[in-house]
Amino acid sequence: MILLSEYILELKGITKIFPGVKALDNVHFSLKEGEIHALMGENGAGKSTFIKVITGVYQAEEGEMFLNGEKVTIRGPKDAQNLSIAAIYQHGTAYQQLSVTENIFMGHEKMTKLHTINWRQMHKDAAVLLKQLGSEIDPHSTMGNLTVADQQIVEIAKAISTNAKIIIMDEPTASLSKRECEELYRITEQLRDEGRSIIFISHRFEDMYRLASRVTVLRDAQYIGTWDVDGISNDVLISKMVGREISQIYPKKKVERGEEILRVEGLSKTGYYKDVSFSVHKGEILAMTGLVGAGRTEVCQGIMGIEKPDSGKVFVDGRELKIKQVSDAMDAGIGYLPEDRHKQGLILDWGLGQNVTLATLEQFTTATVINRKAENKRAKELLEKVKTKALSVFDKASTLSGGNQQKVIVAKVLNSDLKVVILDEPTKGVDVGAKAQMYEIMSDLASQGYGVVMISSEMPEVLGMADTILVMKEGRVSKIFPDAAGVTQEMILEAAMNM
Amino acid sequence: MAKEITKQVMQEDGTRIISAEKKFSFKKFMLQWEWMLVLMFVAVTVFNLIKIPNYANAKNLFSATRDFIDKAIVVFPMAFVLMLGEIDISVASTMALSATIMGVAYQAGFPMALAIVIALAVGALCGFINGIILVKFPELSSMIVTLSTQIIFRGIAQIILETQSVNGFPAWHTQIYTAKIGGIVPAALIFVVVEALFFAYLLHYTKFGRRCYAMGNSTTVAKFSGVHTNKIKIIVYTMAGLFAAVAAIYLSAKMSSVRSDIAKGYELDIIAMAVLGGVSTAGGKGRMLGASLSILVIGYLRYGLGLMNASSQIIMIVVGALLIIAVAIPNFRESVGQANWFRKLKGMFVKKA
Repeated sequence: MILLSEYILELKGITKIFPGVKALDNVHFSLKEGEIHALMGENGAGKSTFIKVITGVYQAEEGEMFLNGEKVTIRGPKDAQNLSIAAIYQHGTAYQQLSVTENIFMGHEKMTKLHTINWRQMHKDAAVLLKQLGSEIDPHSTMGNLTVADQQIVEIAKAISTNAKIIIMDEPTASLSKRECEELYRITEQLRDEGRSIIFISHRFEDMYRLASRVTVLRDAQYIGTWDVDGISNDVLISKMVGREISQIYPKKKVERGEEILRVEGLSKTGYYKDVSFSVHKGEILAMTGLVGAGRTEVCQGIMGIEKPDSGKVFVDGRELKIKQVSDAMDAGIGYLPEDRHKQGLILDWGLGQNVTLATLEQFTTATVINRKAENKRAKELLEKVKTKALSVFDKASTLSGGNQQKVIVAKVLNSDLKVVILDEPTKGVDVGAKAQMYEIMSDLASQGYGVVMISSEMPEVLGMADTILVMKEGRVSKIFPDAAGVTQEMILEAAMNM
Repeated sequence: MAKEITKQVMQEDGTRIISAEKKFSFKKFMLQWEWMLVLMFVAVTVFNLIKIPNYANAKNLFSATRDFIDKAIVVFPMAFVLMLGEIDISVASTMALSATIMGVAYQAGFPMALAIVIALAVGALCGFINGIILVKFPELSSMIVTLSTQIIFRGIAQIILETQSVNGFPAWHTQIYTAKIGGIVPAALIFVVVEALFFAYLLHYTKFGRRCYAMGNSTTVAKFSGVHTNKIKIIVYTMAGLFAAVAAIYLSAKMSSVRSDIAKGYELDIIAMAVLGGVSTAGGKGRMLGASLSILVIGYLRYGLGLMNASSQIIMIVVGALLIIAVAIPNFRESVGQANWFRKLKGMFVKKA
C-alpha cells in the first residue's frame, strides 16, 4: 500500500457534545501503520466516546478524520467496516446464544449459489481464522459457554474476517487472568506483525509498557498529549492522566478504628462464594477487591438478603442478623448502594424525591398514608447535603448525569438509620468531579463512625481509600490485608489472580 | 439540561438549592390522558344524543350503569395487577367458579349469606393461587400462568355444574341488582363509586400504592429498596380474585341464576377498560381516575350501540378500534412533546431552500 501520509488514521480537533456536557473537546489522535497505540485515561475521560466516534456510532460535532491521508466521514458502523476499521468492545457485543461461527460471520455471511447460508464453508473458514490466532476454540461451540478471554479471541477473529486494517480494543484485559493476558498480548503482537494497526485502550500500565510504542492520554474529555512509551515514566503518565497529585483525590481522614460493627462468618452460597469471613469496625473503610466475577457483589447481596446465602452468619453490632429479606438487613442498619444504578438503584422515570424515599417510606407515613410534604422536604435536604446538581425534587432521575444519579442513590441510602454502608463500585462510570465527591462522602461516613465496605476494581481507589483490603478470588477470600498502608498494587494482583 | 442547571441557585458555602415545591405547569396539566377520556366521553354522549331519542333521561342513564357494573367492579383491582406489569386473564373464570360454588352451596342448604361468604373466599383463593404460582416460579410469565388457571377454574366450574343452572335465590339476593336509592341511583353503582375511591386512595396516597408503582417500574429496584415484592404481588392478585367474586355475586343477582359459562370473555373487556384508562400493560403507569372515566366511555358506548340495535360484533370492532387508538395516542403525544419529527421535517425544508 502506498501511504499518502505518515499516518494510516488521523483525527484532528474532534469535539463531541452530549446534552449539557462536552464528552470530547478538541481531541487529536494519529495512528501509524503496524503500530500498537495505547489510549489511556481514567474512567469517564472520554476514551469510549472517542472510539465510538471513530467507528461511527457517534457523529462528532467538530473535527476531521483522515484515512491514509484522505478525508473521510463515517456515518455508522457499516461505514467503518467498509473502511476496514473494527472495534472489540469492553462489554462484548457478542451474541451469547449463537455459535462461534455465527458470531464471526454475523453481518457478512458466506452464501451458496442458491442464496442460502453456506454453513460448511463458514465453519471451515472460522476454524482457519481461529487457528491463525493460535486458538483451539471449536467453531461449533456456543459463544456463551466460552471464557471471556476466548470470546475476545472470537471477536478478534471476526475483525480479521472483515479484513480489518485498524483494530480497536477497548479494555480487553480488564477481566483476564495473567495467563490469558499473555495470550492476548501474543495475539495482539501477531496482528501488528501482519501489518495491522491497533488502538489499545486500557488503564493498566502493564499492558501499555508491554505492547504499545506510543501512548495518548485523555483527561476530562480533553486531549493531554501523545508520547513515545520509551520516553515517559510511570509517575509522569499518572499525573497526566489524573491531572493532580494522587493524595489530593483521596481525601482520606484519619479515623480511630472503633468497635466491631459488622461480622460475617463462613458465608457460603453454592456456585457463587464459599466460607467468606471478615469483620468491619466503626470508622473503618474495608475495600473488597478482586477480579470481576470473583464473587464480591454476590457476597454483599447475600448479606443484604437480595440473594440469600446457603449458610453462614452475619452479626451487626454484635446481634445476629436473620437474613430473610432485604428489609431485615435495612432494619438492622445496613445500607447498600448497588452496582448498577439504572437497573438496581433508580427508577429513572420517577422524580428524585420519590427515588430518595422509596426505601424509607415508613418515615413519612402515618396509618399507611404518605405525607408528601414531609417526604419532599426530607428529599430536598438529603439531595442538597450530597450536593446533587438538580433544580427540583420533581426532576426525573433520567435527566441527571451518571455522577448525579449516583448522588441521588447515596441520598436514598443515607436516609435510613445506618451502622454499615456497603458501596458496590461507587465510582464506576461517574466523572472525575463526582468521583472526588464520592470519596469525600465515603471519608465523611467513616469519620462519623459508620463501618464502610467498598467494592472496587480500581486499584488506585482501593489503595487510596481503604484501611483494610480484602481480596477475593473465585468466590473465596484470598487474602485480607489488615493494614492497607504498605500494600502495593502487585501484592493485590498477586492475591487476586494466582498463588 | 445544561442550560437549566446553570439556573440552580448556589449558596455561598457551595450548597445547591433544590426546590421541593411542585410548580404548576399548564402544559403538563392539559397533556393529561384523562382529558382525552373526557373528550371521548363527550363524543360518545353527543353521538348517543343524536342517534337515540330521549337519551337525556337521568333515570335511564343511571340504570344503564347496571349493564357494566359487573365489569367495573373488577377494573380497579385489575388496574393494580397491570400496574405491577403483570396481567390476570383468569378473572372471568374466577367469577364463574365463585358463582358456581355459591350456587351449589345454596342448593346444598347453606343460608344465602354464608354461600356469598364462601363465594368471596373462593374468589380470593383463586387470586391467591395465581399469586403464589407467580412468586414461586418467577420465570413464568403471568400471561401464561393466568391463561392456565383461566382454563382450570372454568373447567372446575363446568365439572361441578355441567350445563345445569342454579336459581331460586332469595329475593334479597336479586335486590343486589335491582335496589335503587331514591328510585334513581342503583345501589350497586354506589358500591362501585366507593370501591373506586378506595382503590384510588390505596394507589395514590398509601405506601402500598407507591410500592406497587415502584414494582411496575422496576421489580429489581423495588426489591433492592427493601420492598416485599412477593408479598405485594400475592396481595394484588388476591384482591383481583376477591373482587372478581364480588362481581360474580352481582352478576348472579342480575341473571337471577348461576351457570358455569357466565362472564365468558369479560377479562378482555375489563383489561380494555383499564388500558383505555391509561394504565400501561408494561406497568408503573396509570391512575384510577383514568380507569373510572374509561369505564364510563366504554360502558355508555356499548349501551348506546346496544340501543341502536348494533350487533355485538360491531360493538366489539368499535371497542377494539378505540383500544388501538388509546395505546397509540400516548406515543404520538410523546413524539409531539419531543417534536423530533417536527424538527426533522423543518430541517428537510430548510435544506431545500
